[in-house]
Amino acid sequence: MNEFQPVCKVDELVPDAGVAALMQDTQIALFYVGGEVFAMDNFDPVGRANVMSRGMTGDLNGELMVASPLQKQHYSLRSGECLDNPEIVIPVYEACIDGDWVKVRVP
Amino acid sequence: MKQKIIIIGNGMVGHNFVEKLVDSEPFQQFEVTVFGEEPRAAYDRVYLSSYFSGKTAEDLSLVAPGFYEENGVDLRLKDKVVAIDRGAKTVTSESGETLPYDKLVLATGSYPFVPPIKGNDREGCLVYRTIEDLDAIQAAAESGRVGVVVGGGLLGLEAAKALKDLGLETHVVEFAPRLMPVQLDDGGAALLKRKIEHLGVSVHVSKATTEIVAGEQHLNKMVFSDGESLETDIVLFSAGIRPRDELGRLADLEVGPRGGIQINDYCMTSDPDIYAIGECALHEGMVYGLVAPGYAMAQAVVNQLNAQPGEFSGADMSTKLKLMGVDVGSIGDPHGNDENALSYVYENGPEEIYKKIVVSSDGQKLLGAVLVGDAEDYGNLLQLMLNDIDLPEHPDSLILPNRDGAAENLFGPDALPETAQLCSCYDVSKGDVIQAVDGGCCTMADLKATTQAGTGCGGCVQLVTNVLNSELSKRGVEVNTDICEHFSHTRQELFHLCQVGEIKTFQDLIHKHGRGHGCEICKQAAGSIFASLWNSYALEPDKIPLQDTNDNYLGNMQKDGTYSVIPRVPGGEITPQKLMVLGQVATQYKLYTKINGGQRIVLFGAQMNDLPAIWKTLIEAGFESGQAYAKALRTVKSCVGSTWCRYGLDDSVTMAIDMENRYKGLRSPHKIKMGVSGCTRECAEAQAKDIGLISTEEGWNLYVCGNGGMKPRHADLFATRLTQEEVFRYVDRLLMFYIRTADRLQRTATWMENLEGGLTYLQKVVIDDSLGIGVELESQMAALRDSYQCDWQRAIEDPAFTKRFRSFVNVEDKAPQYFVQERGQIRPATEQETLDGIAVEIRDMA
Repeated sequence: MNEFQPVCKVDELVPDAGVAALMQDTQIALFYVGGEVFAMDNFDPVGRANVMSRGMTGDLNGELMVASPLQKQHYSLRSGECLDNPEIVIPVYEACIDGDWVKVRVP
Repeated sequence: MKQKIIIIGNGMVGHNFVEKLVDSEPFQQFEVTVFGEEPRAAYDRVYLSSYFSGKTAEDLSLVAPGFYEENGVDLRLKDKVVAIDRGAKTVTSESGETLPYDKLVLATGSYPFVPPIKGNDREGCLVYRTIEDLDAIQAAAESGRVGVVVGGGLLGLEAAKALKDLGLETHVVEFAPRLMPVQLDDGGAALLKRKIEHLGVSVHVSKATTEIVAGEQHLNKMVFSDGESLETDIVLFSAGIRPRDELGRLADLEVGPRGGIQINDYCMTSDPDIYAIGECALHEGMVYGLVAPGYAMAQAVVNQLNAQPGEFSGADMSTKLKLMGVDVGSIGDPHGNDENALSYVYENGPEEIYKKIVVSSDGQKLLGAVLVGDAEDYGNLLQLMLNDIDLPEHPDSLILPNRDGAAENLFGPDALPETAQLCSCYDVSKGDVIQAVDGGCCTMADLKATTQAGTGCGGCVQLVTNVLNSELSKRGVEVNTDICEHFSHTRQELFHLCQVGEIKTFQDLIHKHGRGHGCEICKQAAGSIFASLWNSYALEPDKIPLQDTNDNYLGNMQKDGTYSVIPRVPGGEITPQKLMVLGQVATQYKLYTKINGGQRIVLFGAQMNDLPAIWKTLIEAGFESGQAYAKALRTVKSCVGSTWCRYGLDDSVTMAIDMENRYKGLRSPHKIKMGVSGCTRECAEAQAKDIGLISTEEGWNLYVCGNGGMKPRHADLFATRLTQEEVFRYVDRLLMFYIRTADRLQRTATWMENLEGGLTYLQKVVIDDSLGIGVELESQMAALRDSYQCDWQRAIEDPAFTKRFRSFVNVEDKAPQYFVQERGQIRPATEQETLDGIAVEIRDMA
């Protein structure tokens, strides 16, 4: 299992919104919602473009989610599952805040 | 063996018959052939005059694309049936073909009556019946300036409106001493005449034309029996209709002494295998010149063919219509032909309203009514008469204005029996509405889709809405209008909560009035409300989460994650210098360049991290953001106007630029588009816009609440002959009222349709200031105008904002983006092209 790696400072994040980061040639989307940080792949599997970090966040029936900016499907921030179509999943990565730093574990 | 059914005629009634037959259960047992003489399938003759205000033949079509093909109905257009052989049971058409039938339905309609006046066949003498007639009128109007309509009945006044719309000096000549002699009494007709004259149409009553001769100033001169005369270019005959019964006569069917194929209650002619429906038929001495009775006859014949009960037992001739913007309603017998009948008249001179009711001698039942200037009570009065409902103790209370609100609901929807027919165009009863509500209909839109009620002439919408609401409330249905799961409020309520509580952040709003974290629906609504109320800026950190990516990155996200760059080009006018800057920017950043649907130049394929630099160059060249990414004013489309165009009446370009600069940056529930045309040729397609202006000789005509898009809607004429100042005042008020009261993502068209009272109500609020909020709306608009800022100007001035456009938060690299070349420009690569190595990254492009 790989280690958590520092990605950026916490103050580079935008509360209740996303930013993109590049880790070993993989684009990931970082979301900062309710004081917690979440990481998932930046690739939108329906729209077929690297845009997930530009989606809007919120909650549906209590599940924290991000909506794709292209076709508006909702994905769970915790599991990456598509809330509109259970057959679609976006890979998610473990993320945490360690002091000033945001860290992500990429497999 | 299938039963062969032939229908002769593909007008409104003939087509309605086919629709009903197709929907009936035993349709599979029939083999159906339809003959139509005109070159096109059935179209809406009721709204024929709208052909001159911009509707096309396709808009007027009543036939869904593929309807005949999909249902296996053989439609033969441009082929007239010339003979019926009743013995052999065949019909023969002009093309020479002879087809057998088991049952024949005549729906041959009527032709316009041209009085036998000498000279009635001169050039410029026309009739008003088909689209071809309209084309002929339009052609004649190009070279003429004056038009006269002979006949002041329903159709004549419609035709007069058409001539007026074509920009002609218009006259109406009526033989009787009053307009609409069949439907109106003297008082109502006199008021109607006054109102129509105010609209610039000259009305001449008690005039008999003796001959038409060559004119001196104009093509024709009409000579009247009183020795007077009138010069005109066009003479349009609209003096009633005559049934087209020639086929029936040829086939020896019984016809009436004054024409019309005789039918019984089953719509059967004197030959039991031949039916006649619509305006060619004569039923108990009546030829019905309205569409609703024709539809009822069609239903009766479908019932016969299906061996179901259902006869035609005559029809009510009540009518409600808007003639040149004047509401007119006529119910039952408005003349009080029953000598014991009592009548009540209400006449309001200043407001130009005339209402009369005729009641039975005992005051118990309504026999007839006339309404001019205000026909709001039409639906209720009609139901009182049709259903024989007992009148209140003081029948005059039915037409007296209800100023103190004391006499609410003299009779409501509950008083109607279930059999009451609410919509006569589509024969929808109160029982049908109840059934639809039981089936899950909750809104007028649902109901229209399920029952078609209110989709014909529209006269019943108010009444149907009342019945619907009453039925919903009886079932305890509270329609859920919550914006989403996070707020138990509508957008309008949220707007007011923000305004009254001076709420400026989403945190504050959801903390005080909602729950959870919000979602893209309520967040965007809140963002839009903050922008509309406080002109809040999109890139403020607490506003970023409230916006879709388009607003966040001030561009439209395209399919590959790149953005479009659309600078504002007010009115579409651009200098060569600015054009060159656009060209240079596009070349430098290798952007794809196109003029978009809104007449603006778009640079596509801009990567997020290049946006600030691109915009810096554009702003230095004098460009501003076009807000094409926002729910805001997008464009004001214009034609070239009087400065360059041979036909332009006014300077539409200057007007469009002024409009665009006035409302630029304005955030609204949905995107707004406007159009300004310099003449009625309408090159700017202003009638397909939220706000449209068309120049006339007397000033600007203002059209509102139209749109293109997936559900196109033509705009409604809102006010005429306006100065620029009046246009601005009305548009300020209307847009601000829209912003304050519309639902989220509700376009102006839907918004207006959902306002109780629709267009008329909106006119009252905006023009008459009936709510007394005109000044307030104007000052709110002025405040928004004063705080206008260019989104991009601010974005490039502040490094904190500029930072948002980096591809990645942790490295300086640009995200790779793949394109291929096509016609000398870039386009996004498909995944396959990327895999195959055909696509290249921008930085690698030559």
